[in-house]
Amino acid sequence: MSDVRFTKDHEWVRLEGDTATIGISEYAQEQLGDVVFIELPTVGADVEAGGDAAVVESVKAASEVYSPVLGRIVEVNDDLEATPGLVNESAEDEGWFWRMELSDPDELEALMTAKDYKAFLEGLD
Amino acid sequence: MRYLPHTAQDRRAMLQTIGVNSVDDLFVDVPRSAVLAKPVDLPDHAGELAVERTLSKMAARNVAAGTVPFFVGGGAYRHHVPAAVDHLIQRSEFLTAYTPYQPEISQGTLQVLFEFQTQVALLTGMEVANASMYDGATACAEAVLMANRLTRRRRAVLSGGLHPQYRAVVETQSRFLDGEIVAAAPDATGEEDLLALIDDETACVVVQNPTFFGHLHDLRKLAEVCHANGALLVVAVTETVSLGAVTSPGAMGADIVVGEGQSLGNALNFGGPYLGLFATREKFVRQMPGRLCGETVDADGRRGFVLTLSTREQHIRREKATSNICTNSGLCSLAFTIHLSLLGEDGFRQLAALNHARACEAAARLAQIPGVSVLNNSFFNEFTVRLPRAAAGVVDTLAERGVLAGIPVSRLLPAAGLDDLMLVAATETTTEEDVAAFGDALAEVLR
Amino acid sequence: MSARSQAHSAGRGGDGGTRDVVQTHSGHRGLQMEEPLIFEMGSPGRTGVDLPPVTTTTGKLGGLQRRGEIGLPALSEPQVVRHYVRLSQKNYAIDSGLYPLGSCTMKHNPRLNEKIARLPGFSDVHPLQPQSTVQGALELIDTVAHWLKTLTGLPAIAMSPAAGAHGELCGMMTIRSAHEARGNARKRILVPDSAHGTNPATAVLCGYAVDPVPSLPNGRIDLAALKAKLDDDVAGIMLTNPNTCGLFENEIIEVAEAVHAVGAYFYCDGANFNAIVGKVRPGDLGIDIMHLNLHKTFSTPHGGGGPGSGPVVMTAELAPYAPLPYVVAGPDGFRLIETPADQEAAGDGGHAYGRMKSFHGQMGMFVRALAYMMSHGADGLRQVAEDAVLNANYVLARLEDVMTPAYPGPCMHEVLFDDTFLKDTGVTTLDFAKAMIDEGFHPMTVYFPLIVHGAMLTEPTESESKESMDVFIDTLRALAADAKAGNAARFAGAPYLAPRRRLDETRAARNPRLRWTPEAPAEAAE
Repeated sequence: MSDVRFTKDHEWVRLEGDTATIGISEYAQEQLGDVVFIELPTVGADVEAGGDAAVVESVKAASEVYSPVLGRIVEVNDDLEATPGLVNESAEDEGWFWRMELSDPDELEALMTAKDYKAFLEGLD
Repeated sequence: MRYLPHTAQDRRAMLQTIGVNSVDDLFVDVPRSAVLAKPVDLPDHAGELAVERTLSKMAARNVAAGTVPFFVGGGAYRHHVPAAVDHLIQRSEFLTAYTPYQPEISQGTLQVLFEFQTQVALLTGMEVANASMYDGATACAEAVLMANRLTRRRRAVLSGGLHPQYRAVVETQSRFLDGEIVAAAPDATGEEDLLALIDDETACVVVQNPTFFGHLHDLRKLAEVCHANGALLVVAVTETVSLGAVTSPGAMGADIVVGEGQSLGNALNFGGPYLGLFATREKFVRQMPGRLCGETVDADGRRGFVLTLSTREQHIRREKATSNICTNSGLCSLAFTIHLSLLGEDGFRQLAALNHARACEAAARLAQIPGVSVLNNSFFNEFTVRLPRAAAGVVDTLAERGVLAGIPVSRLLPAAGLDDLMLVAATETTTEEDVAAFGDALAEVLR
Repeated sequence: MSARSQAHSAGRGGDGGTRDVVQTHSGHRGLQMEEPLIFEMGSPGRTGVDLPPVTTTTGKLGGLQRRGEIGLPALSEPQVVRHYVRLSQKNYAIDSGLYPLGSCTMKHNPRLNEKIARLPGFSDVHPLQPQSTVQGALELIDTVAHWLKTLTGLPAIAMSPAAGAHGELCGMMTIRSAHEARGNARKRILVPDSAHGTNPATAVLCGYAVDPVPSLPNGRIDLAALKAKLDDDVAGIMLTNPNTCGLFENEIIEVAEAVHAVGAYFYCDGANFNAIVGKVRPGDLGIDIMHLNLHKTFSTPHGGGGPGSGPVVMTAELAPYAPLPYVVAGPDGFRLIETPADQEAAGDGGHAYGRMKSFHGQMGMFVRALAYMMSHGADGLRQVAEDAVLNANYVLARLEDVMTPAYPGPCMHEVLFDDTFLKDTGVTTLDFAKAMIDEGFHPMTVYFPLIVHGAMLTEPTESESKESMDVFIDTLRALAADAKAGNAARFAGAPYLAPRRRLDETRAARNPRLRWTPEAPAEAAE
């Protein structure tokens, strides 16, 4: 797997060239339970690091998904409309939320590596 | 006291189990200065007989609609509710049940909601409906907010045919949310032209059909112009029975239909509780406020019903909720559903036809009176008459003579220069004798 | 799937129990009927009403006659009655058993209320009849207003809000209007993190930002944290008292003083008034404005989800901004002030911010609430609060050794447990609640307030006898023991004995089917 980074809010970012793919982590989908609906951002929208980008809904909860970095949305995962369950089945792969162009790829350096995120999760409970 | 089961012995035993001497020890967190030393200054408890006597006397000081010729409408209508309806809604399991948050033991309530939602969708000609709101006016305000969210615009255009109280509620809500309201002047003659007011900043256009003044309009052209400008058409229906005779708002291109459901199953009750109807297109369902009931299966694969799409609602989304509404009009919507079930397709259409027929008779009789003219070319069961003098005084005089004539428009539109106008409604409860008595009395008063 | 399904053999998960030993042909099981939708019943030509024939014309409909079928089913009266009776039998209700939902106050709904509400002089009266013909109705509203003002110690009231959340909205709008009149609406409303979701939702609907205030480990609001947040950008605070943990905010007077010191208003969510009615007056605590829930404290029926009624009491300072309409008593009788023109003519100094709903308020609920209040009287209402608090503390005292109270006692009218006692049992709060259903009890409120893990908020109300509570308590003790004994499967598959097993809420949310449709087209596989 190419270099993935994680945020404290349980989003993951995978950089491929200048485009980053973002989703929520395996831990996050487990916490949420069955995902029923995702409100995705609009293609073309600009988002800030830490700004609201999407909302993921389970039966009993709705959670904000924040953009890990500054940039512009270039694609959203249309499959999630018909099959929101993809987020549960494959949170860190097929259940991706959106792709974006990064204004500043260096921002990724400040995020956790997979190893650091694992340690972070262990510290949580 | 008949509603409180504890005896002194019970209380002593419980206090002992808890380990305190008196119940006041349990109020230890209340600041001492705030605990009242004795009961407040109100009468002591009373038996059923005494309460009945006092409240019956109060009730007797009102003129009940069924005791006189009665022609009052204006957003609430007197219909005959079959005896079975009131009997069924008083069943304990309907009356004293709570919101169906535990669906396994609430399938009665939930299936009724599913049936209600279906009925409302069918009547309005729309794809989906919610489980009811407080009343038609608040449903209308919610529709405006929903249109703002969907279009990301702020401006609502309100027809001059919209019930003045609906307009007031919309304006009140919008004011606090920085919405813009463009309200057309009251449209007593039914001739307003809203098309010029619609542009690409319009979130929605809100019309009422039949209008507050009774006029019926074909809304298809209006719907087209709205859609061409990216705006939504909101149609309010204050008399549900009209949907048995008049083309549905859905068939005419409405995006959201709101209404007052009181006409089916619910007595006049001096203005409440009533029930707001709310229906829309399926693609908008996640922006629809209010409770929703959906179909699903249980662990044994049997069909069942649950509240669903709750993430729109306040208890989950909190500050990002579509609305803060926490109740629907449960029992009122149950009454609506049962009444409509008894009517059925033919009964509902026949009821509507009867209403229209009685109103035609009343209009014909009143138009005969010198100085009185009926403004409407079209109406369902309510129309506007112009009198040769201020309607408020005429209505009061007629009341003294035992006729509840109608509503002086000035009561709801005080500064509009419409003081000589009166709304007159007739329903299936209106008799020939009522019409004759009204006509005769009005003729005499105007002589 | 068919509407009438064959009874299945034991459901998946755990020991299903005795229910499924016998299979029936009809799909019914004794008194428990399987009942289709009305749209799946009926036959064209049937009717449940006999209406006189119509001979007239549709000549005045302006060419807009409705054509085509609406699609409503046709049924006779016996069929309709049977259908809804059968549906009613699938519901739990206060009349069936103890209903311990926290903060809902599921007390007995007296039948006298229903009788009085149906007197033609109250039910068959139109809101827009000439006021001279409805003096009794206006007097009733005024009387209810008087009782509520006296009980709360606040001098003014808005009767029109239709429910508690609507009352909150009224309260927030009144506060904002008062600030606007002084030239600065301000920006924030402080809300404790234990608050019910309606509170922040309402603040936002009034154009305010919500600023959460943390709670202390003892379940009360953190007064120091509150004071640190108070500045002249704060328009007000929304506090529930007793709070959502079932505890009285013992520093409430200090809270009020701090809020007033910055010129902000103190809004109280009155959902839990049952704990203190007739014994403590919110006005004496420094509360400026508070909504009441007639369908909670004052026994009007819950009706499967509504209607409610949420009048709002307030100080004289806020009264001018209260919405239309309201009733005034005068030498010539009672009068409704309905429009801004009426208010100006009345010359009472009022500047109502607008109108909350059509007509005058939930009159049907006013009648019921007044019958209730008059039946109890001042002495009886005080007893209501005392018995409500006594009952909740009794439940606490008899369960605290086997379940885990979230806070030490005494509590007010409701007791809050967390799920610590279920730790390592594999049983969740949800599972525990579903097992209660099999035992014949509606579960308590679960997972609220959010600040307590696996919360179980339990409110018996004053209507419960000691015997009734003892059965409830003994059952919970036994269930707790079951859970600790490792019998998790029994809980995971619960309920087994209710009209339906656990329902698939994920499916309902992913593929919403919100109505019956005439013919179901071939469904795509999920």
